[in-house]
Amino acid sequence: MADVAALNTAGVAADAVSKDLAGPRGARPRRAISRRNVFLYGTLFVISVYYLLPLYVMIVTSLKGMPEIRLGNVFSPPMEITFEPWVKAWAEACTGLNCDGLSRGFWNSVQITVPSVILSIAIASLNGYALANWRFKGADVFFTILIFGAFIPYQVMLYPMVIILREIGLYGSLSGLVLVHTIFGMPILTLLFRNYFTSLPEELFKAARVDGAGFWGIYFKIMLPMSLPIFVVALIIQITGIWNDFLFGVVYTRPESYPMTVQLNNIVNSVQGVKEYNVNMAATLLTGLVPLIVYFASGKLFVRGIAAGAVKG
Amino acid sequence: MPQQRRPNQLFRNLHAKVAAIPMILTATIVFVGGTLWTVLYSFTSSGLLPRLNFVGLAQYERLWSTRRWLVSVENLAIFGVGKMVFALVIGFVLAALLDQKIRFENTFRTILLYPFALSFIVTGLVWQWILNPDFGVQSVVRGLGWESFSFDPLYNPDIVIYGILIAALWQTTGLVMCLMLAGLRGIDEDIWKAARVDGIPMWKTYLFIVIPMMRPVLITALVIIATAIVKVYDLVVAQTSGGPGIASEVPAKYVYDMMFSSQNLGQGFAASTMMLLSVLIVVIPWAYLEFGGRKRHG
Repeated sequence: MADVAALNTAGVAADAVSKDLAGPRGARPRRAISRRNVFLYGTLFVISVYYLLPLYVMIVTSLKGMPEIRLGNVFSPPMEITFEPWVKAWAEACTGLNCDGLSRGFWNSVQITVPSVILSIAIASLNGYALANWRFKGADVFFTILIFGAFIPYQVMLYPMVIILREIGLYGSLSGLVLVHTIFGMPILTLLFRNYFTSLPEELFKAARVDGAGFWGIYFKIMLPMSLPIFVVALIIQITGIWNDFLFGVVYTRPESYPMTVQLNNIVNSVQGVKEYNVNMAATLLTGLVPLIVYFASGKLFVRGIAAGAVKG
Repeated sequence: MPQQRRPNQLFRNLHAKVAAIPMILTATIVFVGGTLWTVLYSFTSSGLLPRLNFVGLAQYERLWSTRRWLVSVENLAIFGVGKMVFALVIGFVLAALLDQKIRFENTFRTILLYPFALSFIVTGLVWQWILNPDFGVQSVVRGLGWESFSFDPLYNPDIVIYGILIAALWQTTGLVMCLMLAGLRGIDEDIWKAARVDGIPMWKTYLFIVIPMMRPVLITALVIIATAIVKVYDLVVAQTSGGPGIASEVPAKYVYDMMFSSQNLGQGFAASTMMLLSVLIVVIPWAYLEFGGRKRHG
């Protein structure tokens, strides 16, 4: 990971600051406390606290009992830690008539996310590969439409999609939702893969062609093994994106197969009964846990994916 | 540029065409077909079900005389301008701070970016809780002794959209920062050297040299933010459900409610066509400037 990129960035950054540093270049004297550093780290620290606050609030609220919540404020740490809200959020929280908690939504989301991610990435990588290396007449037209499609508000295609799904008999089913995610994930993923494949040295492709490899051969034997990072990036984008989706879930599934986000919203914003803030926050945290784990586990790759997409896109 | 293969390999390209079928179907049937269908049916009096009896612009006239729609549009405008300006400015400043060869850069970046991994539903619900006047920020400040302090954006129709903006910015600025950081890292260090030799102050270097050089990244960020703005829906649903009253309604929510709960498809189609129109007004000039006339390269 490090090498060239790290050197580069270090260089740029060093130049940016070296104005403030007197004396010759080379090994830099380390001054731990300077006015500049105090300001810089102080600012960053305050900002970090602000960004972490909601996560902190979620955690402490979910560990308090209701009496304690009514007495204190959202930021006060719990005096008596209880995991009851978590249990309740997972297994007992009510949406409408159902009182089996968020677990149902969780498993629905798993059933939606896994096939959607696999299907969308498989299709988009092939699209990107065809567009980058096997351009056929008219390919650009479709690609342009596809990219334009990314800008069309989903609301415009919401109802036509209902009709399409109804015609092919998938409306209301999880497979229908998988199809929807595959379709609407296509523009960004295709762009991602196309840009990546275009950036690979063309000599590789040419050499493989000379050696007699065909469309699928080159894809599976050369492109795939060389593009693992971009596949991981696509994986991250799709898992978080699909897990976090709300609109498609609420439009294209029935209440019993609502994904976790929709169920969470129904639990928290239901008007019936006393508001149990601790259960609500436990439920919220549970729903956010999957993308958070993906994010923290993928770390640098998440960032690199964003960066790569931005610079080339 | 790896484009242009040598002429006609029709036989092999057949595979590419087969592989591209999903893309072709998506582009033509869903994107083009679906869009045209919605636009067409926005001129009909469709209610519970889509029907083709044309009523001209009646749906649009009704739309623009509906208060809820007007409020939605106004909210989107305020939200959009606020989010665009603040996301870009804050994102850039954060990126510039992180670009000072600091220690723990990865830690800071991880902290600033994590909200982006969370859904708008989660974001909205957390901020709903933090901004809760009885337990959240307002009560904390009052507890410190400032009894008359009032900050209840989610219960005050006049400022509710700013409450949503706060949550949206918390979620998005990390992403913008990352894009900007990538852009800053892409600047040739010789530029910085040259600026330093010429004695240009750092802020001027940023403003007049670095930012113009970051044009591609800025455009990417702009486009990403803009698309997110028009899409704003789940955040509002989670945070306020459009309330108090109709004070925080947004167009996307209007469309959904008309189509799927009010059984007023015609209004939904007309409203979504307006959304499309507003996006096209932004995207077409941009696409023309960006790609028009010039030869595209990968």
